[in-house]
Amino acid sequence: MEIEVENISKSFGDVRALDRVTFDVKAGELFGLIGPDGGGKTTLFRILTTLILPDSGHAVVAGHPITDYRAIRRSVGYMPGRFSLYPDLSVEENLKFFASIFGTTVEENYDLIRDIYVQIEPFRKRRAGALSGGMKQKLALSCALIHKPRVLFLDEPTTGVDPVSRKEFWEMLRRLRQDGMAILVSTAYMDEASLCDRVALIQQGRILTTNTTANITTTFGRPLFALRTRNIYKVTQDVQEYTYTRSIYPFGEHLHYTDKREKPDPDELRTFLLNKGHRDIEVSIIEPTIEDAFMELAEKES
Amino acid sequence: MTASEPIISVEGLTKKFGSFTAVNAISFQVMRGEIFGFLGANGAGKTTAMKILIGISRPTSGKATVAGYDIYKDTEQIKKSIGYMSQRFSLYNDLTIRENIEFFGGIYGLTTREIRDKAEALVEKLGLRDKFNRPISDLPLGWKQKLAFSVALLHDPKIIFLDEPTGGVDPVTRRMFWNMIYEAAYRGVTIFVTTHYMDEAEYCDRVSMMVDGKIEALDSPARLKEMYGVNSMNDVFLRLARNQTRAEIA
Repeated sequence: MEIEVENISKSFGDVRALDRVTFDVKAGELFGLIGPDGGGKTTLFRILTTLILPDSGHAVVAGHPITDYRAIRRSVGYMPGRFSLYPDLSVEENLKFFASIFGTTVEENYDLIRDIYVQIEPFRKRRAGALSGGMKQKLALSCALIHKPRVLFLDEPTTGVDPVSRKEFWEMLRRLRQDGMAILVSTAYMDEASLCDRVALIQQGRILTTNTTANITTTFGRPLFALRTRNIYKVTQDVQEYTYTRSIYPFGEHLHYTDKREKPDPDELRTFLLNKGHRDIEVSIIEPTIEDAFMELAEKES
Repeated sequence: MTASEPIISVEGLTKKFGSFTAVNAISFQVMRGEIFGFLGANGAGKTTAMKILIGISRPTSGKATVAGYDIYKDTEQIKKSIGYMSQRFSLYNDLTIRENIEFFGGIYGLTTREIRDKAEALVEKLGLRDKFNRPISDLPLGWKQKLAFSVALLHDPKIIFLDEPTGGVDPVTRRMFWNMIYEAAYRGVTIFVTTHYMDEAEYCDRVSMMVDGKIEALDSPARLKEMYGVNSMNDVFLRLARNQTRAEIA
């Protein structure tokens, strides 16, 4: 195991940021910590990178307990959520700086960052502060990798990033893990869960579940229906009045519906909506997505 | 939502910063009561265009009217006719819910009485009565965003501009937020929204896609998917935005 987290808790005043968090990440594994803002993701990263101490619990990173901060800092790379390179240094200077404080050179580990760095190399003389968002992100990743860490921590690297750049970023991560590096990455975008080997879903400081995306969605535990209609707002309102409605949520071009009964009757629902004047309703049974599963688990938890 | 008259009309709108053309002769119309998705990759020019439409940036050339007002001459009237919220700027964290409502009500020129009535209705609707005198910082992000949306509607604007309103919000709250959007649209408020969640693009009546400062596509999600022969707005986005040659400037 490259990361072992056991019953980690942390409070700030009255706020319980992390509540007995437990999971582990293997060498060569791309592990996602998936959940909304305010869930405790950043606090956990700060604990695992030895910036703050937990109130209770244990964790081991790259073979060292988190109290051994000197050893851990040498063996991990950390890309915080907020851009934290030196804006007044150039691209090249930032990279050299990070290599030198870890006692290495850019040349020594260039192979590891080549794919990423070549994309920003044309701007190597530019001040880091003057880079675009996407380029800053690539530079930050290069700097986090330049000492060839055993474990890589990426805190919300794709927040506010458009779908094309997000896709490219994930392709880079999937290549990196092939070298045996353990990668812990956090995101609020649920659709990115399927790109990880395993994920932990986290909300309000608690892990809802830890597993592969496929295994999480199969534990959904009840039939899920997709309703297709042109009038999402009106249909949502009307479905809420239906006796057996358990949940109704917009999901892209559909509405997702669950029923209070064990054996739902989609024909009856269709008739109910027809009587409300909705003539264009299509109902079909579907497989839940990770977001359906997250909502279901979060509901159970609260 | 059967829209007929345009409430935003844009024609050949252009904004240059030196030799860089951030917005390149875009033209489109948004109809009254429509949910209009304004999409594009980072750096495509969305924020620049939006700043012009809300009256805080002057275009280099082109024409546009917002709620009937000219974007060159009538910027003050535009600001009174619209609401605005973004992920980055919504409410003041150190002020209480009550203070935020009073502050923004005052900015929008409502009377003390109007503010009191609106505040009352708002906390009732959102179920925030017990938090009325608590600082906004005590609220979870999702609630902040719902409250911010309601505050942006305080002065009954004709149009509301939403700049990535749901980033980082949990899935249930994100959907509750969209229900509020639908409700506002149903009442006739026009919604102009940017998002990086492509499932949210599906919720829009029509969607425009900006690439390198130009509008490359504009239609209903269903028609766009048909046009590009794909199953989701995510794929439409990937098809179009992949052609973008320039990076983000800010």
